[in-house]
Amino acid sequence: MKKYQYWLILVALIIILVIVPKPLEISPTASVIVTILLGLALIWVLVLTIRGHLIGRRVVFLFIGASLALPFFMNFEMPFKISPEVKTLYDALAKLPPGSKVLAAFDYDPPSAPELQPQADAFMAYAFKHDLKVIIMGLWPQGPQQADMAVAKALRQPEIRAKNLRYGVDYVNLGFQSGNEFVIQRMGTSFSGMFPRDIYNTDYNKIPILNGVENFSNIDFVFNLSSGYPGTVEWVQIAVDRYGVKLGAGNTAVQAPSVYPYLSSRRLTGLAGGMSGAWQFELATQEPGKASTYVLPQTFSHTVVIAFIIIGNAALIVGYRRSKRGEA
Amino acid sequence: MKREIPLIITFVAGVAFVLQYFIPHYPFNRFNDIFSDWFAIVGAFAIWLGALSLIKLCLLNISKKSHDWPISLLMIISFLSIVIAGAIDGFHGLNTVPTTSFRDPGTNFDWLYQNIYTPLSSTMFAILAFFVASASYRAFRARNTAATLLLLSAFFVMIGRVPLGDYLSGWLPERMQFSQWANWLMAFPNTAGQRAVMIGIALGTVSTSLRIILGIERSHLEG
Repeated sequence: MKKYQYWLILVALIIILVIVPKPLEISPTASVIVTILLGLALIWVLVLTIRGHLIGRRVVFLFIGASLALPFFMNFEMPFKISPEVKTLYDALAKLPPGSKVLAAFDYDPPSAPELQPQADAFMAYAFKHDLKVIIMGLWPQGPQQADMAVAKALRQPEIRAKNLRYGVDYVNLGFQSGNEFVIQRMGTSFSGMFPRDIYNTDYNKIPILNGVENFSNIDFVFNLSSGYPGTVEWVQIAVDRYGVKLGAGNTAVQAPSVYPYLSSRRLTGLAGGMSGAWQFELATQEPGKASTYVLPQTFSHTVVIAFIIIGNAALIVGYRRSKRGEA
Repeated sequence: MKREIPLIITFVAGVAFVLQYFIPHYPFNRFNDIFSDWFAIVGAFAIWLGALSLIKLCLLNISKKSHDWPISLLMIISFLSIVIAGAIDGFHGLNTVPTTSFRDPGTNFDWLYQNIYTPLSSTMFAILAFFVASASYRAFRARNTAATLLLLSAFFVMIGRVPLGDYLSGWLPERMQFSQWANWLMAFPNTAGQRAVMIGIALGTVSTSLRIILGIERSHLEG
């Protein structure tokens, strides 16, 4: 394919995404047809590769772009299974009686939001519906802002709005504090030492929800959303190991493998990892949101990546055979 | 004295932190509070230092008209825009009743955050999907046993982490389905590998920390 053809396809995709009215959902039959066409195109690439025509990376980009964009308009029923780590996270939340104080640590920024914001939205809605008292903080400067977005979204739900929740009484945002893991360490002895005021400059001692909250011993559960340092690892190493906090976490897919050792040692109560973890967490809490939409594009893109791994290995075998023939 | 004072501070802070961990009683438990407060204050200053250093670097790039200087100019404009928007909203919020925050919906800062910062930073991260796919196509090749194991692990985790895995393997007994393979890979081989890395890092951290506290390792004082 020539360079301008790639540009034409890219422009066509952008036009489809911008002009087509939303929400647009094509029928299940059309979805199946589009999927079959995508599959046939991949088989065509495989045949080309076996014949010795290696494809360039632009073709890979094109397939990934299509596999991420097209499923947004598709209509498929997805089989789902909640993983053990997400189930334990949900079970830990479900065991909390109404009025329990939950510390929600938002340690991420917008680049990680596609994976973590759906978890934040589901958590906040679940917490408000079940009368949990939520204390928000962030070790990342953007964290409290992400939390505000989740709170605002939850408060728009009619069921939650009907509860007439009040800032300072049912939830509070303590904002960002610099100092990374030292913030957690200091909170072990005094929350007010690290957060003397909330984001509205209200004195810690004048916030009703924080009455009697001196340190971690007054917190029933910590829910950490993390995409790196400082994050879940630091919360486990300091808050859990030293102060005996009960911790559940939501991580990006990149970070999740590094906290699995804490799951098997029960330092971490539960984990929702990546987009699929977010989707399962939404299903477990019965708060379907963006992850339920995003999981289909992720399924398609994973499939395309697997297909290209197979194609890449076909190219390897073809090359190996050719070099053998050349030697002969 | 230029070297001795930082070495003394490092030694005192390091020993105090070790003591407060193992002796959680007065006066050692106070060390934790004092040093954590100091660290938070130093951390807050470091943010300013980093920001000012970045601005200085960008101004130098602009004044010298060095390569990509318009990007430096854009950086300064972006930096000042969000700082000024946040400051105006923040000061305005302090004078209203009830007090509002610069982060509240509808503020200038929130508009910049929602409509410029979030889409731009998300886009940068999203581009990774394309490069990961391209890299997988070229890197995951069964050249030898280790590469084949890596390839198979990647296959099972990728297929098992999306609903398609269970859709395709739904006819198999539950413990043989792709999601169970992915769970097993993450819970056992991955955990074992991560633990080995963690233990290695911990031993390295302890030895390096001891060398720094005792003043044997002094490279952090250079430059």
